[in-house]
Amino acid sequence: MLHTILFLIFGGICVAGALNFLLQRHPVNSALSLIVVMGSLALLFLLLGAEFVAAVQIIVYAGAVMVLFVFVIMLLNAGEEERTHGSRVALVLGVPGLIALFGLLCWTVSSSRSQLGQVQIGGYYVPTTELGIALFREFLLPFEITSVLVLIAIMGAVVLARKERQ
Amino acid sequence: MMTQSIPLSWYLILSAFLFAIGVASFLIKRNIITIFMSIELMLNAVNLAFVAFASHWHQVSGQVFVFFVMVVAAAEAAVGLAIILAVFRSRETLNVDQVNLLKL
Repeated sequence: MLHTILFLIFGGICVAGALNFLLQRHPVNSALSLIVVMGSLALLFLLLGAEFVAAVQIIVYAGAVMVLFVFVIMLLNAGEEERTHGSRVALVLGVPGLIALFGLLCWTVSSSRSQLGQVQIGGYYVPTTELGIALFREFLLPFEITSVLVLIAIMGAVVLARKERQ
Repeated sequence: MMTQSIPLSWYLILSAFLFAIGVASFLIKRNIITIFMSIELMLNAVNLAFVAFASHWHQVSGQVFVFFVMVVAAAEAAVGLAIILAVFRSRETLNVDQVNLLKL
């Protein structure tokens, strides 16, 4: 019962934030509703027993990445977007495709619902030590590769954002 | 003792909904920064599915994968926003309809 109520509250906030993200015209409003979605997703992660993932979700996503986005929005002084021909075409073609996509995903999930079963609070709790052991033993090579990826991304960002000298 | 469990499919349907909203705003929005944020929304939806499956199958690797997705998302945000800055410097616009030099 508790799990149902908490899921409905935070899932509802997620859905409302996502819809607000879609409907808002100003990028700053979209960014703030995306932060709401990320925060309530972190609480859903907590319900699923992934406490470290929830903390990282708040710190990295809602913190670092979204600050970068909001910073760029303010730096470029992005205003409200205007409706153009392209957006009308996307609306006409995109909405039926979107409904088809969502319907297909829902159908796939609900057709295999009997095999999926239930999840419960505290049914699977991952301590951070276990996560660290998995990350640094089993997944050591992917970890090192992603660190190289981040290094390249930093250098790429610096090179791309630098002002060119005349 | 009340039962504290809900079907896994609820989480998956919420994840599918968030992903669909991300796809929709990717198609509909014209502001390049908002399009970028909808990619982040899609990645978040996938993260929710990963964590839900990790909780269902009692596998830690699902949560480790979430970290890799987050790292890739952060790297993508840094490079992508730098590209947006460069595009804005040369074209003076954020509307993707006006960034069409490569179009036939």
